[in-house]
Amino acid sequence: MVAENVFFGLIAAAMVISALGVVTTKNVVHAALFLVIVLAGGAAQFILLGQEFVAWVQVLVYIGAVIVLFLFGIMLTRAPMHPDENLGNDLRWPGAAASLFLLGILGGLLVHTYHATEVNIDAPIRTATITNEIFNTYIIPFEVVGVLLLSALVGAVVLARRD
Amino acid sequence: MLLNQFLLLAAFLFCTGIYGVLTRRHTVLVLMSIELMLAAVNLNLVAFGAFHNSPVGQVFALFVLTIAAAEVGVGLAIVLLIYRNLHSSDLDDVDLLKG
Repeated sequence: MVAENVFFGLIAAAMVISALGVVTTKNVVHAALFLVIVLAGGAAQFILLGQEFVAWVQVLVYIGAVIVLFLFGIMLTRAPMHPDENLGNDLRWPGAAASLFLLGILGGLLVHTYHATEVNIDAPIRTATITNEIFNTYIIPFEVVGVLLLSALVGAVVLARRD
Repeated sequence: MLLNQFLLLAAFLFCTGIYGVLTRRHTVLVLMSIELMLAAVNLNLVAFGAFHNSPVGQVFALFVLTIAAAEVGVGLAIVLLIYRNLHSSDLDDVDLLKG
């Protein structure tokens, strides 16, 4: 059990530092690369929790596709590739106050509610269990998500084409 | 492992995402901060799924992942449109509704 906690601490530290990097770095491309570290750390935490399928889907969809989309977006909007001082607005202190306030409330509530709750992973959840769940109980949401993806695809094409 | 360590990490990531949404000016960076918040929500769902030893947490995390991918696709198309019309990707320049 100690090894799990050591791994958790290492991955969580990398995720925290990279998340702060995403919101504070002065280089747009570096923000995308910091986001890769956060999402890969998230996938590692999923594996630590014994939930392998969603971990690999996270690697494929987020790191494989979403980050590439972000890099395309950065390229197509001709964002500055060099450090730029004007990436933030003048809401830095109100923004920090609002997010710290929310973090305080959330942290206080979580510590109050789950202060000694253990999560025990006996065995990883198999992919067959998840697919059974998707294709039996959650078949209608699954189909709806398919239609949503199609409409998002068509919508993105309609928005981005020149005519 | 404590359940709380995952939940607190997710809460931190979510608040970092909120800070990014509030303070960033470049549209792509705002979208990245939204992704940060969605990743935090996914961590919460999966942690509770593991806590209850049920696959439902993973199922919902998969739905969130799908919707995040759709959101990024449409969002970047809108960013592209803003850039094409205003020749800027600065959110402060999108003030057509300001009198």
